[in-house]
Amino acid sequence: MERLGVCSIYLMLRIGQELFPLSSEREGTDAPSSSDERWSGLMVAAQAGDRLAYHSVLREIVPMIERAARRKGVTGVSVDDVVQEVLSSIHNARHTYDPARSFTAWVTTIAQRRALDLLRKQTRQGSRERHAPLAYESYAEPDMATDRGLDESDKARILREAIAELGEGQREAVEHLALRELSLAEASRLTGKSTGALKVNLHRAMKALRTRLGGQI
Amino acid sequence: MSSKQHTNLIDALAADLVPVRRLHSPGLRAAFWLAVVSAFALGLYLAYDITNLLIRMEHVPGTKIALGAAIATAVLGAIAVFQLSLPDRSPRWGFLPIPALAFWLGASGLGCVNRLEALPEMRWYTLLEAPDCLIYIVALSIPLSTLLIFMLRRGYTLYPGLTSVAGGIAVAAAASALLEIFHPFDAAGTDILVHAFAIALVIGVNRWLGGRLLNKQGHL
Repeated sequence: MERLGVCSIYLMLRIGQELFPLSSEREGTDAPSSSDERWSGLMVAAQAGDRLAYHSVLREIVPMIERAARRKGVTGVSVDDVVQEVLSSIHNARHTYDPARSFTAWVTTIAQRRALDLLRKQTRQGSRERHAPLAYESYAEPDMATDRGLDESDKARILREAIAELGEGQREAVEHLALRELSLAEASRLTGKSTGALKVNLHRAMKALRTRLGGQI
Repeated sequence: MSSKQHTNLIDALAADLVPVRRLHSPGLRAAFWLAVVSAFALGLYLAYDITNLLIRMEHVPGTKIALGAAIATAVLGAIAVFQLSLPDRSPRWGFLPIPALAFWLGASGLGCVNRLEALPEMRWYTLLEAPDCLIYIVALSIPLSTLLIFMLRRGYTLYPGLTSVAGGIAVAAAASALLEIFHPFDAAGTDILVHAFAIALVIGVNRWLGGRLLNKQGHL
């Protein structure tokens, strides 16, 4: 009974501390406290609208996000996907950062969660796709003739060049909606353009790319 | 994708930056929501005669415990939900209202059994009155859920499903506690099945609706 009472008091103290933190303790950081304090200061400035501070802090935390993603088991190019998602999440959640708490822990938690989301998504996709190597041996690629002579890196290069030649609005729409697969709402928040304008830009960009590439891709 | 892509995105995000108002602490936000619940309670207290409630609390064993547990569930649920609305908080906050919820449901169930054994004629009376309880709980839950979801949209949860369920528990417990103010008979039980159904309905709707709205905060 006495132990139960002690446990209850401890629990209440912990909850109280979480709800109304009195000290500026910084728990759960895996970065030196000087870095954490510096980033925290930059983020506070970013909350006030300081673009330079925001640019600096986002640039400096990319390696930390990559480490967090790898620690969760994300590998290869998927690490970059997690970085992009985390940067977008930080942008949308920046008003929730409390400078009394660790900035590193804040970013790491978001990164770990986004890494797990990505792994789950990949697992779901993997379970829907069937491994059937013989299917490729039995049937010819429908567009084999136009594809001949181009390997994957050539295709990617041609596509990159074609996208780069698009106007700024169209390129932005393709990058956010088609390549990064953001929702219209997210892309709208990032670009500051209406969802209608983004749709129109994407439609025009696709038309331009089809004309430009013809049967190359 | 490469570091160039990251640079491009960082440039775009920095260009998009506007000043933001920092979110208040979860304790303060929970206190605000609970203050609105208290305002509802005050309104009901002024509008209804609470003699019935006082008599029941005095004479029916378990009424005080069930009511206290419902209030504790609402308070702990509110604390949990506002903690979960922040991206750096542990999902274990979702467990916070569970002991009080179990205690509340247990006390209510036990009170119901005792009541039916002592006064078997109440069984039909309460079953006839029970649909009213469902309507009251659901009607009280609508404004409380709306306010809660509105406040949660200001946060940024990484666990939309869990946050919605915790919110549903807080709302259902608050609505049930408010119902006791003008409830015509034994708070501790009698219509436990309808109460349980109403609570499950409120939690389910919050899970569905809250999950959909909070999901828009961003997922892969």
